[in-house]
Order: sequence, then C-alpha cells, then structure tokens
Amino acid sequence: MELLTQPWSWWVAGIFVGLTVPILLFLGNKQFGISGNLRHICAACIPANIPFFKYDWKKETWNLFFVVGIILGGVISTLWLKDPNPIQVHPNLVNDLAAVGVTNIDGLVPADLFSWDSLLTVRGFVLMVVGGFLVGFGSRYAGGCTSGHAIMGLSTLQWPSLVATIFFMVGGFLMTHLILPFILAL
Amino acid sequence: MKNTAFNQSAPAETDSEVKSLLVTNASESDVPHPWWHYLKYTLVGIFFGITFVKAEIISWFRIQEMFRLESFHMYGVIGTGVVVGAISVFLIKKFKARTIDGEPITFTDKTFNKGQIIGGTIFGLGWAMTGACPGPLFAQIGTGALVIIVTLLSAIAGTWVYGYFRDRLPV
Repeated sequence: MELLTQPWSWWVAGIFVGLTVPILLFLGNKQFGISGNLRHICAACIPANIPFFKYDWKKETWNLFFVVGIILGGVISTLWLKDPNPIQVHPNLVNDLAAVGVTNIDGLVPADLFSWDSLLTVRGFVLMVVGGFLVGFGSRYAGGCTSGHAIMGLSTLQWPSLVATIFFMVGGFLMTHLILPFILAL
Repeated sequence: MKNTAFNQSAPAETDSEVKSLLVTNASESDVPHPWWHYLKYTLVGIFFGITFVKAEIISWFRIQEMFRLESFHMYGVIGTGVVVGAISVFLIKKFKARTIDGEPITFTDKTFNKGQIIGGTIFGLGWAMTGACPGPLFAQIGTGALVIIVTLLSAIAGTWVYGYFRDRLPV
C-alpha cells in the first residue's frame, strides 16, 4: 500500500501514460487526445451555428466518458491513495514563490494562487481565467494538446506534432521566465 | 451522415483529436454498442487520472520546475510515455493488430499548419500559467480543487472563441 501512496516515479508514470496509447487503440481504435473534449462540449452545448462545432460529436462520446474517468481518478487518489508526507518542491522555486507571498506549498494546486478568494484578485483571475482561456484557444488552434500531440503524435512519429510540442515548450518557457514573474507580483 | 454536405464547404479539418472528422468511415458506425460499453473508457480514465495525481503530473509546482529546468520529473514522464507509446504503435503496425472487436487499428497522418506554431505557443503560455494542460484540469477538479472548474470553463470558452474566429486566423 505504501508503494501506492508515495509519489510515483517518473518512469512508472511514463510507462502508464505511454500504455494509454495502445489501450485506447485496442479497446476501440481510439486516439489519445484530451483537449478534443473541450470542442465536443462546445459542439454539444453551445454550437451557435459555428461551422467548427457542427459535427456529429456523439461519435466522440467515448472521450467524454474517458475524462469522467480522469475526474474519478482524481477523487479516488485523494480519498484513498493520498500521500501523508508533504510535497517536495525545489528550494529555488519555494524561495521565489515566498518572495511574492506564495508560502503555502501543500498539495498539488497552490492554494495561495488557485482558490475562490484568489479568483477575486487580479493575480488569481489572470492565472485561472486568462490562463484557462489560452489553454483552450491554443490547444484547438494547434489541433491538439500534450496528449494528442506530445504523446499520441510523437508516438506515431508525426513531425507536425513535434513542431507543436516544441512550441508548447517555447510558450511555457516564455511565460515562466518573461511574463509570469510580473503576474505573480500583481 | 447528415453533416457531409456541410463539411465539404468548411475549411480543411486541422484537429488531430477528432477522429470521426478525419476518417470518413469512423469505426464507431461499424460496430454499434449500447452506451454502457463506453464505461471501459471511464475505467482507463480512472487508471490514467490516478497516475496523473500520484506522479504529481497535475502539480502546478512540477510544471513550474519543468519550465525552470529545476526537475527532470516531467521530462522523464513525457519522454518515457513517448517511448512506450512509440514501441506499442510500432508493434501494432508490425503485427497488424486488431481491436478487441476485431476491427483493424488505423492511424491518420497529421498535416502541418501554422496553428501548430502559433496555437502551440499560445497553449504553452497558458500551460505555464495554469500549471495544467486539459487532462490535468479534470484530475485537479477530482482532487477537490473545485475552483479549477472556472479554469476549465474558461478553457471551453477559449475553444469556443477559437471556433468563432477560425476562418479569420492564419492557417
């Protein structure tokens, strides 16, 4: 049981993430790609006569069932597989965050930045609402996200997915080093 | 299929994650299943979601450490995932493996467009802010961080706005 509750190493996680590719293929010739669900939700709930959302989203229902599973996986691991030890964070990151008033490093989502109270601050609003918007807009513009391009695309040796993955990282480095320090100081 | 006429007039499909739009004869129509057959995907999702949480892939701190080059963890996860996925796909192709329903397993090639550069960068900017790509957003909500529902709704809004302006964006 302790093996399950302690944080899993990168290679165990990598093997499981990688195995999702053949499992979905074997179960029904399905391609791993999570952000497509955001489009299906638009197509199902608010298509508004926009061509991009006029398609038979019901053919992709399996993927909505898949993300419900991801939510349940979050519930299960929190209820029964929770690690009793504090999370390890790199000391430089801890120091830089402390300098902008983020001192609570318990848990996976920093409560000083991502909470209902924080949502009413400029910093929290930018991180959650603007950040979420960019994730949704960018992943669809790129035609996929980390799962669709970085994992599924690279596994099938698609060079456009390598381009996308490289620019995911470019965007991440730009934000982390050039823009995020200003947002965190808000 | 009722959307056929419509799809012909629409711009080329650039979404690599909606297989039924890329493949004219989507496997879904070949083998009709009652809805509860989809629960097998929920099971895979649970297994995947637990991995997300237990390997701290959904941690905002781990994503920051990745972009600050302070930890190998995320590079190891994604790198191992790609290697395991690629070996699996290679074997599936080599042995022409079939699904559990006996259907052939098919792959569609992705075509390059500017979206992978522009959209990819925009996605990366958001990824470093939220500390989560779409999959982890769902898992974070499952761990009880209910405020992330706001982030998810905003991501859905971003997807919608992309769909609205799609014709006017560089392809």
